[in-house]
Amino acid sequence: MQIDKNIKILIVDDFSTMRRIIKNLLRDLGFTNTHEADDGNTALPMLKKGGFDFLITDWNMPGMTGLELLKHVRADPELCHLPVLMVTAEAKREQIIAAAQAGVNGYIVKPFTAITLKEKIEKIFERVNAGTGS
Amino acid sequence: MIPEDQNKQQYLDAAQRLVESLQRGETEQAERIVDELTRVRESALFRELGLLTRELHESLKAFRLDTRITELTAHEIPDARERLNYVITMTEQAATCTLNAIEQSMPAMETLGGKAQALRGEWARFRNRQMSVEEFRNLSREMEAFLSDAEELTGKVQSNLTEALMAQSFQDLTGQIIRRVINLVQEVEDNLVKLVRISGGREGTTDENRNAADIANGALTNGEGPRIPGRGDDAEFVSGQDDVDNLLSSLGF
Repeated sequence: MQIDKNIKILIVDDFSTMRRIIKNLLRDLGFTNTHEADDGNTALPMLKKGGFDFLITDWNMPGMTGLELLKHVRADPELCHLPVLMVTAEAKREQIIAAAQAGVNGYIVKPFTAITLKEKIEKIFERVNAGTGS
Repeated sequence: MIPEDQNKQQYLDAAQRLVESLQRGETEQAERIVDELTRVRESALFRELGLLTRELHESLKAFRLDTRITELTAHEIPDARERLNYVITMTEQAATCTLNAIEQSMPAMETLGGKAQALRGEWARFRNRQMSVEEFRNLSREMEAFLSDAEELTGKVQSNLTEALMAQSFQDLTGQIIRRVINLVQEVEDNLVKLVRISGGREGTTDENRNAADIANGALTNGEGPRIPGRGDDAEFVSGQDDVDNLLSSLGF
């Protein structure tokens, strides 16, 4: 199944280096419609304005963490179906379980590879597309 | 009557009696009075010393109650050392990886550039009709080889660039680690200030105790930061992306 390369993606990470890396990797994969935010507090209003098809977020950020952002997204009737991929250095089992319970669609631990990112994105959209029956 | 005045009166009485007994030639009596004077002096000293000892004891007791300090010295400082060593390892790996990618890409680009330059010269000769049929056949073969080289080498350079790109992720991870060490240094500093304050006789421990507790609680809600290998708590952490995938699939993902 082909993923629409024009989907609007929000990358949330407090380190600009990591945002650039993810942005460049996504460009390599053909996704060019990417936007950035440096924590949950900045990201949430952007998401609420609408139009985003995919959220990639870090966990550990000042202000609002990625987990809190995920919970806000899932609690919002407009955003609750937004696919969320977490890319984080948080590697405790209970944290991964907490993210899964909060409704994350994919979880990547840093340091990660370009191939891992590609695989997870493909897997997420496979499921999303299968779920909506398109 | 405050102790000092009391002492003064005692001294004065004794001194007067001493003078009188000496004038009367009562040597034994005079010696007893001298002893008495010494006792007055010693008892004041002992009182002061007693006060100091109690203060010191109380301070030490208060300080020992703050287990945060023991924790800092026993665990967190060695832990910080390990974290910083890990930062060195990570930055070194990133630098090596980036340099390797560059070193591999540079000769590839040089080869490609050199060949393109040579071909451009030949191509110009062809366009100016200065080339024999035999030479053109050679040129055409070279052109074909060049195109396939270009495809191969640009692919290689592209993958090197991706590697160099990924290597930069060290900045995020080491940044998170260093931030935590900075917090630790701050906490150690606060505790040292407290120690100085206690030894100066003024105490104000409740605020600092609360801060230490806040920091400990914060770790649970705000995350742990990047995983440092070999810290002996492996069971709590996943070992890599495969482990994450296994855990998630066991949860039905």
